Amino acid sequence: MIRPWRSGTAAAACLTAAAVAAAGCTPSIKPVEIASPGVTASGTIEFWHFFTDREADAIQKVVNQFQAQFPQVKVIVKSGQDDSKTTQSIAAGQGPDVALSGSTDSVGKFCSTGAWQDLTPYLTRDKVDMTDIPQVAQDYTAYQGKRCTMPLLADAYGLYYNKKLFAAAGITSPPKTFSELTADAKKLTQKTANGNLKVAGFDPLSGFYENSIAHFATMAGAKWLTPDGKSAVGSDPAWKDLLTWQKNLVDWYGYDRINKFQSTFGDEGSADNAFEKGQVAMNIDGEWRIAAISADNPKDLDWGVAPLPVSDSRPDAYGSGFLSGNVIGISKNSRNPEAAWQFIKFLTTNTDSVVSLANEIKNVPTLLSALKSPNLSLDPNFKVFLDVFANPKSAAAPLSAAGTAYQDTGQDFINDWQAGKVKDLDAGLKKLDENINQALGG
Amino acid sequence: MATTMATRHAATRPGNPRSRRPGATRRRTRQRLTILSFIAPALIGIVIFFVYPLISALYFSFTKFNLLTPPEFVGLRNYQNMFHDTNLIKASENTIWLVLVMVPAQVLFGLGTGILLVTMKRSATIYRTIFYLPALVPPVAGALAFVYVLKPGTGPVNALLANFGIEGPQWFNDPAWAKPSLTLLALWGIGNTMVIFLAALLDVPVSLHEAAALDGANAWQRFRHVTLPMLSPVIVFSTITGIITTLQFFTEAAVAASAASGQATNGGNSVSTLFGYPEGSTFTYPLWLYVKGFGYNQMGYASAMAIVLFVVAFAIILLVLKRSKSFSGEAS
Repeated sequence: MIRPWRSGTAAAACLTAAAVAAAGCTPSIKPVEIASPGVTASGTIEFWHFFTDREADAIQKVVNQFQAQFPQVKVIVKSGQDDSKTTQSIAAGQGPDVALSGSTDSVGKFCSTGAWQDLTPYLTRDKVDMTDIPQVAQDYTAYQGKRCTMPLLADAYGLYYNKKLFAAAGITSPPKTFSELTADAKKLTQKTANGNLKVAGFDPLSGFYENSIAHFATMAGAKWLTPDGKSAVGSDPAWKDLLTWQKNLVDWYGYDRINKFQSTFGDEGSADNAFEKGQVAMNIDGEWRIAAISADNPKDLDWGVAPLPVSDSRPDAYGSGFLSGNVIGISKNSRNPEAAWQFIKFLTTNTDSVVSLANEIKNVPTLLSALKSPNLSLDPNFKVFLDVFANPKSAAAPLSAAGTAYQDTGQDFINDWQAGKVKDLDAGLKKLDENINQALGG
Repeated sequence: MATTMATRHAATRPGNPRSRRPGATRRRTRQRLTILSFIAPALIGIVIFFVYPLISALYFSFTKFNLLTPPEFVGLRNYQNMFHDTNLIKASENTIWLVLVMVPAQVLFGLGTGILLVTMKRSATIYRTIFYLPALVPPVAGALAFVYVLKPGTGPVNALLANFGIEGPQWFNDPAWAKPSLTLLALWGIGNTMVIFLAALLDVPVSLHEAAALDGANAWQRFRHVTLPMLSPVIVFSTITGIITTLQFFTEAAVAASAASGQATNGGNSVSTLFGYPEGSTFTYPLWLYVKGFGYNQMGYASAMAIVLFVVAFAIILLVLKRSKSFSGEAS
């Protein structure tokens, strides 16, 4: 027979031991010391990046260039590593020396938690010329004054349009404002005899391909957060303008009808992409679509690209757009931070290596000197994206320690809004404020 | 106090075997150590892989913890926040729908398929193999295949229906049809449940059926009063395992939503924004737990969700077991 007092004591002891063990297995932050100027870095570093296939081969070429120039540093490359894997490895006291993230969404998290080291001491010691990095890229790579990442190529967004369909509809130039986008979308839309859609001038549903709420927000100049880091969606009138414009166009198509038509589209990343197939005449997409169109070589597609239309109340913002970018940093667990920094410095501040990588991956280079480089050999249409990147009104999504939680909460809202589930927009936006604040604070 | 006194009296009583035979204690201790040594490997596994994570999760559920910095004690705040979390409510509703619809459907379909196979006289082995095969398909591959087969515009199912003049549903692209489509996927891979029912059906003594038939019972009466009572332990088992699996429903919902949305993932980052497509209809409780824990690194909140899921699952299982006893009692 088990005696109650003994089993109770044992259970309490087990609980305490497990709780202590759980608490003991949690991370702590240790200070980082850097070497004196002039010290030559050497040894082995592990580099994790998210690229796969063709892009992984491209980055390997640049790694090889680094190895040729710095043979005393050996780089072990691991591809296909996303932010979640990197975070968990770092939390477990392991992981890479150098990590490359595919978006700016995790910068707030990496910097605020100390998961990625502050690079300022290295930048100061090596007198790195930060003026060669565009301000927007400087902004999205540092969080609350702490620079824990450097930019390594950027993504800019534009409006791709089908020239043949434009000509057939008598449209001579791409739309610059929401009103023009709506008017052109209506002219370009074609229906079958039974009333179903054959071609959508523009698919206004958020959640379709690159139509995320974050991309729409930049077009409207809508603010996500207040300066003190709280939700601004309920107080910024730009949100109401944006959502009203979007819903009106959705309703013109009919939510069910456009949704049904959308279900016939191929996957965004495939050769059956709806724009490449001519199912949508205008489409929001990133600069990488140029390389994809070139690779897929769709039949009869005569296309062009222009900056994203902007809301009617801010026509002067035309030419700007949503930006994102790859960011690279040193893990707090790095066993060789000096060599890691040497590698990052080469990748992000060396004009030749940035140009080389931009040419291979077909992304926007993140150095002003690289943007002007005669060696930059990109498609002529690419200039639109270079201009968007250089436009001072272009913006990335604001950084947050909670990552994309606020954007995802906004996306949930617009999903309900466009489906007609939100009857009172003002009340809905107020409620969204609460939900975003909760998501940010959790 | 009363217990202590009683124990003391028992220990000093002249007839107490413990005081009369001191060697018995040593033997008993040895016997206990022998038993302990046999169960030690399992016990160590349970402590390391169940008790420790469970207690850790309980501890973290009272903290704000982002994996990367030390946890900060916040008391019951994570549990309180759950009441205001609209995504959690939506995910819970979806999971409850799946438990209420998918689990009974799986049990009934498994039973029906088992009965069908038992009644087959010819080529039964071939059909058993064919019916079981989908259970061998990895969940990710199965979900992807279903999304493409049921794709509204280009999938073969709607093309086939169109030949008969029927406009097929939007399946995984329609919030009203997404969960039923997931249920169809679950029924397609019913193999494991089917095999258990098949074995139980084959175990029902033929003599009972013959006796019932001699007493004038028709086919339905023989099934209701002979077969069904014999199957009750298997039905309870299938229901309990079905509920546990459905409360943890993750892979198929995540893959189907991501594939049906048609969106590309951005730069290798989290696909959590694609979860729940369309309109949150496939967003299940474990998916939201995953997004909170590994997408937003809100590990304290995710731990609180895990604890609540554990308690709810435990309560449901207890309830089912209690109900099943009365079911078995009625049957007998």
